Amino acid sequence: MVKVFIYPATSLILSDMVARFGHEPLGSAIGIRERIQTPGFESPPLQITPEEPKKGLKWAAVEVPSGVRGRMAVYGPLIEEAEAAIIIKDPDYAFGCMGCARTNELIQFHLRNKGIPVLDVAYPTSDEEGVGFVAALKEFLTGLETEGSA
Amino acid sequence: MTEKVRIAQLSCGPEYSGVQKEIYDAAEMVDAEVFFPDIALVDVQQGFSGFGLDVRSPDLKLAIARAKALVEGRIDADAVFIATCFRCAEAAIVRNELRRYIHENSALPVVSYSFTERTTSGTLLTRMEALTTIARRRALLAREEQEGITLGIDSGSSTTKAVVMKDNEIVGTGWLPTTEVLKSAEGVVDLALQEAGIRFDEIEAIGTTGYGRYLIGKKFNAQLVQEELTVNSKGAVYLADRQHGPATVIDIGGMDNKAISVQDGIPGTFTMGGICAGASGRFLEMTAKRLGVDITELGPLAMKGMGDTVPMNSYCIVFGTQSLVNALAEGSAREDVAAAACHSVAEQVFEQQLQEVDIKEPVIMVGGTSLIQGLVRAMGDLLQTEIVVPPHSQYIGSVGSALLASGYIRGE
Repeated sequence: MVKVFIYPATSLILSDMVARFGHEPLGSAIGIRERIQTPGFESPPLQITPEEPKKGLKWAAVEVPSGVRGRMAVYGPLIEEAEAAIIIKDPDYAFGCMGCARTNELIQFHLRNKGIPVLDVAYPTSDEEGVGFVAALKEFLTGLETEGSA
Repeated sequence: MTEKVRIAQLSCGPEYSGVQKEIYDAAEMVDAEVFFPDIALVDVQQGFSGFGLDVRSPDLKLAIARAKALVEGRIDADAVFIATCFRCAEAAIVRNELRRYIHENSALPVVSYSFTERTTSGTLLTRMEALTTIARRRALLAREEQEGITLGIDSGSSTTKAVVMKDNEIVGTGWLPTTEVLKSAEGVVDLALQEAGIRFDEIEAIGTTGYGRYLIGKKFNAQLVQEELTVNSKGAVYLADRQHGPATVIDIGGMDNKAISVQDGIPGTFTMGGICAGASGRFLEMTAKRLGVDITELGPLAMKGMGDTVPMNSYCIVFGTQSLVNALAEGSAREDVAAAACHSVAEQVFEQQLQEVDIKEPVIMVGGTSLIQGLVRAMGDLLQTEIVVPPHSQYIGSVGSALLASGYIRGE
């Protein structure tokens, strides 16, 4: 089993596909789960406290907007954990959506610089492309190394 | 309107910046409710593509679609709060365009704010209070004449002011530096009553505004305790006799600046604050001290000088002081330094704040700094317009409070 970062990280379809091929998807649900499960009502709706943007400094410089740093505090640890990544280019909103364009650029940059296997695939716009899209994901996920993983 | 004022939030980033709770808290303090307009996926796609601004960030696209839903009346709201990350260029464009779009196409009061992770509910309170006042007290803000005998007290960060008004006339004024908030307030009230020849027990209604408004309001048992954005707007158009039609009110204060776009005396959009005290009255106070003149002499001194001969950029009060010290050390004339300081403050307000409101003539300058002629001239040069400085402009908050408080005499 390989830990696969999914982009868009909010995509339930992508998360499900990764899990179906026996790997662990790393996405928003994982990143936000521990925050929203924390008791109390610190900073709704995501329970992100003013500490998070400070933690985000590890992945984004102090000059970047606070929202980028807060988002990186959620996604940064997942990127560090990731052993592979799937990046869907220009996905439809219904497929999964991540809010900040600048954060998204930074996430993709970190993933590509990590030296892990990355699948870059365009979002399908026709049935034919859809079949090719699923086939590309299947090929990537089945071909991932499983050595050393739990 | 007794139920909570519903403020629609259009934003990108506050949930991730840890300031969403601060926004909720500020709204709660003024008995308002902040909510995210609920729209369908198809509305998001149609919304931003129809708006014509092709931004990359999906959250900003969502904000655009939500703004369209508000303008088209598909969402029920009393006011709009636009908030995006400070430093984000894309968000700054969207923030500005949405503010303008909502202002031009609906009657909803709107305020925009760029936050950092250190933004607190206290910083947001005055803005939220102004939004709710406009939504809740339109009838009160429509008041055009003062009736009876009323007292208005403005407890600012630098100075405390009071006026006594009687039958639509200012009959007494008081002005003191703010030291102890209550003591200063008592001092200015005594001065104003003395000048008016009126006893305190003859006062029929009291209004307070400014940073110390709650404390003073409690002490004097005021009927009206109101933030300075709505109060100053009303006071400005009243004193300038421009109660109808559009106007822009600029108030460069001791600690922060206000730029308000007003229609028929009611604020539509406004900004408050500045990046640093370098763009505030405090910098001019410091300049006067450094030049060895009283603040009241700074304006006439600046009028004699040529500001463009001295380089000065008061984006930051420390850098501004550095420029000031350098200019004097290099032998620049005091008049030129005074003019440069005025120009620098005007330029910062113009560049950082006036871009966030639509400037519509007449432009009315109010507050203590409007008495500094050099600053008024510099602002007029930048805006290419004749600035109106109404009589008693330094008492703007007190006059607005006294005027609006008279609405409580007959229980409006």
